Amino acid sequence: MLLIPLKRSLIMMVIFAVICGVIYPLAALGLAQGTFKYQANGSITRYGSALIGQNFTGSSWFHGRPDPYNPSSSGGSNLGPNSKVLYNKTKALIAFYKSRGITPTQSLVVNSGSGLDPDISVNAAYAQAASVARARGLSTSQVDQLVKSEIVGRQFGFLGSPFVNVLALNVALSKTK
Amino acid sequence: MSTAWTILVLVVALGISWRFLGSYMEAVYERRVNWLGFIERPIYRICGIDDQLEQGWRRYATSLVVFSGVAMGFTYLILRLQGHLGLNPLHQHGVTPALAFNTSVSFVTNTNWQNYSGETTMSFFSQMIALASQMFISASVGIAVAVGLVRGLKRQHSKTIGNFWVDLTRGILYILIPIAFVASIIFVAQGAVDTLSGSVFIHNPLDGFKQLILLGPIASMEAIKELGTNGGGFFNANGAHPFENPTGLTNILSIYLILLIPVGLTYTFGKMVGSIKQGLALLAAMAIFFFSFMAIGLAAEQHTTAAVAKAGITHSASGNMVGKESRFGASSSVLYNVTSTQTSTGSVNSSMDSYTPIGGLTAMGGMMLGEVTPGGVGSGLYTILLFAIVTVFVGGLMVGRTPEYLGKKIQAREVKLAAIGVLVMPITVLVATGIAVSISQGRAGVLNPGPHGFSEILYAFTSQGNNNGSAFAGLSSNTAFYNVAGAIVMLIGRFGVILPALALGGALAEKGVVAPSLGTFRTDSILFCGLLVGVILIIGGLTFFPALSLGPLAEQLSHGRLF
Repeated sequence: MLLIPLKRSLIMMVIFAVICGVIYPLAALGLAQGTFKYQANGSITRYGSALIGQNFTGSSWFHGRPDPYNPSSSGGSNLGPNSKVLYNKTKALIAFYKSRGITPTQSLVVNSGSGLDPDISVNAAYAQAASVARARGLSTSQVDQLVKSEIVGRQFGFLGSPFVNVLALNVALSKTK
Repeated sequence: MSTAWTILVLVVALGISWRFLGSYMEAVYERRVNWLGFIERPIYRICGIDDQLEQGWRRYATSLVVFSGVAMGFTYLILRLQGHLGLNPLHQHGVTPALAFNTSVSFVTNTNWQNYSGETTMSFFSQMIALASQMFISASVGIAVAVGLVRGLKRQHSKTIGNFWVDLTRGILYILIPIAFVASIIFVAQGAVDTLSGSVFIHNPLDGFKQLILLGPIASMEAIKELGTNGGGFFNANGAHPFENPTGLTNILSIYLILLIPVGLTYTFGKMVGSIKQGLALLAAMAIFFFSFMAIGLAAEQHTTAAVAKAGITHSASGNMVGKESRFGASSSVLYNVTSTQTSTGSVNSSMDSYTPIGGLTAMGGMMLGEVTPGGVGSGLYTILLFAIVTVFVGGLMVGRTPEYLGKKIQAREVKLAAIGVLVMPITVLVATGIAVSISQGRAGVLNPGPHGFSEILYAFTSQGNNNGSAFAGLSSNTAFYNVAGAIVMLIGRFGVILPALALGGALAEKGVVAPSLGTFRTDSILFCGLLVGVILIIGGLTFFPALSLGPLAEQLSHGRLF
């Protein structure tokens, strides 16, 4: 009684493993590589991936989220809403930014969901502008202008949240004299 | 404002696909669509299946259980042997037995609970052939069960409810693959990665920063992960990872794909039983819960959490950003996570563990109601139909009349089967949680102490018992205890509902239809919809309220105390 369904199951499993696990992904991959090569390979430029955040340090660069930026170990901190560890970490980061004369916004002092967030909120970029300008000997209005030009608005005007890509901003900054 | 627009666009798009995809799916399962016959027919021939021969519920269920068992064995073997199977650019070793067992059960039951990080555990061979292919298969199995049950409601004096092999094959070929294929290209266009090379090393000339960026065949898996309400991510970060979910557009596309089939199946159901309004009544009950949870979740996440507020950020225009991505912000994160927890999907674009207590409660609450709001592909429909049977039974008790549903007399056997299907999940989840908090192996995995730690354990078993797969990811659950206990809970949560649902389909198929009379309780009415909402709320809400009060409610009422 069970022998017929067992045999059918085995054959069918192999057939669908091939259709869904080999033909489907390879067809999609082939089309993706043919039409959107840059995106399909990670949006890589000579500075890094536009989509994977980097750990900028030092006062002459804009900083991103306080993430580990290790692509081999993605994920958030998973600290709970009433966590003492979260409290201590956040407090230390606020103190760090204050010591540089920056009043940080939330996205500068709490981890993202991926641990690789390439972006910060618009306010988080403006908050750092004066400090970066000072370190580079630029005028604050010049750096403010730079931040403004790097703002990515909501897609189609309503999807997601406006942000600034930290790598793009720093690349633009490095070209500013 | 932009959130309102996002929801509006979603509702309009879903309304259109509800009508047209719903109608198409009816045609697929009634075998009026045959444009892929040239692939379909050879499959039946190779497997020795007479596709004209129908099965009674016992044979249908036997085929389903045997096939699922084979699928688990197949997945298990690939995971164990992945070190020797190729497509392994990062040189991953074979998966350990307990983890391979848990993972194979997880993907075959459409749960996609992940006790591993994809990037450090799985070869591309495993990701594509063992895991992504199960995303199609388990989704199609879910729809097959729903269709089998609906056929039982529709047919009269029939000994059969369809052919499992045909339903399984047609769901994959005609529905899942075409939609997933189109969606995967949109994902790639927006920045999702799709390649077989394992990684790329970058060295930023600006500051000398070095980084090894991991790549993979991601976009194709992403599309079916959402469409099949599976939820298993290529990476540990799941939908928060920029290579899985790069933009606001892919975020809304993910939400749309998740809801597409569960919502559309209510139309399919209505069309099959000859009254769209019957499907609309179920959809309305689903929507009431869905939007209620969404509203509560959105409101809760507009505030920073107690820990962040105490540290000095008392007010933030962006809401709670702990564990959330800048490109989504708090609102788009809630839209995604609440959708995924109400649909047994379980993918996340932000860390559930770091939500405010009430934000986390909305995710947990959606699962605790049995995943019917609108639930997973197929599983949402067959589970809410069980609730509908219980509802007409309760209605019948109130007026002292034999209840009917769609003209079928609901008698002792049907009510028993529906009651088993509805109660098996809460019992399993609560017993497993009780065991886990009572033994040291269970308590050992907790990351956050205090009531949040209890929430982590409760969430884990709620998620697995409902085949959701979402996690309060702080829990370290790659242990022998959690791997085995979780697998058992997932199996009961899946087959403990499927078998009563198919048995119910078989019982109903044998019955004739009685003509509606003046005293018939109309099941396409607002009254029925309200009663259905009440029944779902009482069963899910009351059984879980004591447990919830020890976790998220205690945390919320702790007045900002830190643990």
